[in-house]
Amino acid sequence: MVKHSGLVIACLLMLLGCSNPAQTSLYQRLGAEQGINAIVDGLLYQIEHDERIVHHFADSDIGRFRAMLAEQLCDLTGGPCQYSGSTMQESHTGFNITLADYDALVEGLIKVMQRQQISLADQNALLALLAPMYKDISYR
Amino acid sequence: MTLRMLLISLLWLPAIASAGSKIIATGGVTTIEGNAGGGIVPWAVINGYASSDEWALTTFAGRVGVNDFSLNSGGVALSLDNKWELSYARQRFALESIGGSLSQDIFSVKYHLAGELLYTAMPQISVGVQHKRNADFALPQAVGAKSANGTDFYLAASKVLFNQVAGRNLLLNGTVRATKANQTGLLGFGSSSDNNYQLLFEGSAAVLLNYNLALGIEFKQKPDNLAFAAEQHWRDVFVAWFINKNVSLTGAYVDLGNIAGQRSQTGYYLALEATW
Repeated sequence: MVKHSGLVIACLLMLLGCSNPAQTSLYQRLGAEQGINAIVDGLLYQIEHDERIVHHFADSDIGRFRAMLAEQLCDLTGGPCQYSGSTMQESHTGFNITLADYDALVEGLIKVMQRQQISLADQNALLALLAPMYKDISYR
Repeated sequence: MTLRMLLISLLWLPAIASAGSKIIATGGVTTIEGNAGGGIVPWAVINGYASSDEWALTTFAGRVGVNDFSLNSGGVALSLDNKWELSYARQRFALESIGGSLSQDIFSVKYHLAGELLYTAMPQISVGVQHKRNADFALPQAVGAKSANGTDFYLAASKVLFNQVAGRNLLLNGTVRATKANQTGLLGFGSSSDNNYQLLFEGSAAVLLNYNLALGIEFKQKPDNLAFAAEQHWRDVFVAWFINKNVSLTGAYVDLGNIAGQRSQTGYYLALEATW
């Protein structure tokens, strides 16, 4: 077991190389304001074309949603913004966002990040920030 | 035969290729016992891609080939609501060098108790039951097994940690199993001298190289009830390729230790899985 684990770890290191530890913020690596806006617009496009979840946005003020999401992503990723919107619990109460809805949104986000050729490490760094919001967003 | 059935069902795929909402790879693959997991360890994940209020059907066929034995397994699973997993698997273990074969049927239920693999700090936690019925008990009985049928119980915890190894996500799984099975039940259950349940540990760790490819290791602790030959722990190194949400392919190098007195049984594992 120990022998094999060592072998696997050695293989992994060779396969993956050592990713350079990021000196810059995730915000910078995602392309700063322009990059964040592109992610938000891409996500809006995904939502609009995803019949599983589009109904949740029927009564939303899309302009405000777009601005707030961009501000929140900027804040979360270490950009020069301060999120000024309501808490995730507040803004999702009454929507009854299910696990399947959340999965659909995450899948949409992954598609957007892949389309924008964001590195896998940065995709995973953003997912690491967003995934835990599930408890505040779902089933409210 | 199972492989032929699987290939026939694959032909239907384009017609009904709808998959659930879960993120690709989060249903794991199917173990040789028919449960969502790795190759030999059942994980807390539910088979297929059915998220809340969805259902999924999974079928698989796999083959283990080691020096003196081969194991063909195949089965189906129905998953509901990302909560329940009901599965059936059939195993046929051929004693290539000794001659003869042993078969068993495995009926399993898994229930997802708490946590969400990707979204909660708490790991996803599931409990499972496997009821196994040995179809060729004469040989197991002759080497000292007490029963042809047995039931295993397990508790599994699985968690994906984002951005861990060179920016890749890491999946960790730990499973505790209560069992009386000799060689997972292929050599029956218990013995005249030892017929108590034992608590054993099984673990898996995998790096998701990208959304479609996982590279990992597994370890399965085994009991040693039969006096005629020592039973040893199992381990493997695997690669799982999630081609899309409908088809996955798994390959592994396996080390099954000594089996029925035959020394160091190492070899390959190959499995194909289809999901709707």
